[in-house]
Amino acid sequence: MTVSLPRTLVIGGSAGSLDVLLQLLPLLSPACQLAIIIVLHRKSDNDTLLSDLLATRSILPVKEAEEKDVLRPGMVYVAPADYHLLIEPDGSLTLDYSEKVHYSRPSIDVTFSAAAEVLRSKLACLLLSGANTDGAEGLQMTQLMGGKTAVQDPGEAEVAFMPKHAMTVMKVDRVLKQQEMVDWVMSL
Amino acid sequence: MKEHVHHLKDEEVNILLNDLLEQYGYDFTDYSFASVKRRLQRVFINDRFPSFAEFRYRVIKDSTYLTYLMEQITVNVTEMFRDPAFFQALRKQVLPVLATYPFIRIWHAGCSTGEEVYSMAILLQEMGLLHKSVIYATDINESVLEKARKGIFPLAFMQQYSQNYLQSGGQLDFSQYYAANYEYAKFSESLSEKIIFAAHNLVTDRSFNEFQLIICRNVLIYFNKELQDKVLHLFSESLEQLGFMALGAKETLRFTTVAPLFKPLALKEKIWRKIAT
Repeated sequence: MTVSLPRTLVIGGSAGSLDVLLQLLPLLSPACQLAIIIVLHRKSDNDTLLSDLLATRSILPVKEAEEKDVLRPGMVYVAPADYHLLIEPDGSLTLDYSEKVHYSRPSIDVTFSAAAEVLRSKLACLLLSGANTDGAEGLQMTQLMGGKTAVQDPGEAEVAFMPKHAMTVMKVDRVLKQQEMVDWVMSL
Repeated sequence: MKEHVHHLKDEEVNILLNDLLEQYGYDFTDYSFASVKRRLQRVFINDRFPSFAEFRYRVIKDSTYLTYLMEQITVNVTEMFRDPAFFQALRKQVLPVLATYPFIRIWHAGCSTGEEVYSMAILLQEMGLLHKSVIYATDINESVLEKARKGIFPLAFMQQYSQNYLQSGGQLDFSQYYAANYEYAKFSESLSEKIIFAAHNLVTDRSFNEFQLIICRNVLIYFNKELQDKVLHLFSESLEQLGFMALGAKETLRFTTVAPLFKPLALKEKIWRKIAT
């Protein structure tokens, strides 16, 4: 494979993670040179409300991920409601309507794992607040493949369960408070 | 994730895909690699194969297992009246046009277990069109077609389906369309009478008729650009002039070579009309 894949950050979140994102996004500048993918649990409504909302706060351009979109540095891709998001070996995106995972579609595990298989050490994954076990397995896969892992500090998370769960099944690289997130991202 | 789980390597996936092609003629070369790999990995873990070699041996030697594997590789998740706005658009913008024809032929490509096909039959029946319609419902996979033919779906889903039905503009009591029996709902044979379920492989098989409406939702997302184009041309050739084509919520004709042959009828609901050949 000769294609050059961009360094990529995948952020997964569930209940209580939207505010974290709305605070983090305005601080990210194009200097980070990362492709950023956001996977957020939500109702299965077929609309682009979330990406529209995130776009209002972001310096980086935000778009809802479409099938065959190719990961580019400096872009933010939001997994659409009711589809899983996969990454192909050439860095293009695939939408997938298969079974829900952890009662969720999009599932964070699905995107973390698919990204890890392809991006390996070029990948970093951040797991935010939530009341679900989603994300932990994908973080393990990310670590196994040489990528970086981080969770939101459960002490700060609106719903601590999801980051806490990940911390009980593995040793994550970083546990981040909200104010530490931007430095971590810019350092990737 | 258990420590000792073997993660299928890309090369191993390619070996299996090659086996499926050489041995059985199923060509997944132009499918989403990420999706196929993920599904093979799932089967590998669920069926507890001790090694890749044993997985491969089973696939090559056991044709019953192959049938099952094919069902697992392709995604067969579907529901009745999924995306109610789409079915409302069919009701309001497509079927009134089809009503003017003496005879209606519909092709439902990649119909899986048939939930959307039965939804379509319900629409046609409510508009008094079913008697002069035929729905050809096809899938690559014989075992899902077998389920579709039976028209039996889990009763537990009916509440959601009924809600979808009402949101799509349905005004009747949804439960009149099925008989509940223990955990299952069996849909009325008056609906399936006009449905022909048959195996058809979009990758290798040709057009088999001319239709006024082709529905193919959430199938193309698993194909690469070249295969998408090829299948869209197959659809275009299989449509009458001014025929309708409907795709899934996240599928588009943009950047495809058939785009100039169609004009959008309902952009958000993903319905196009064929205007050129």
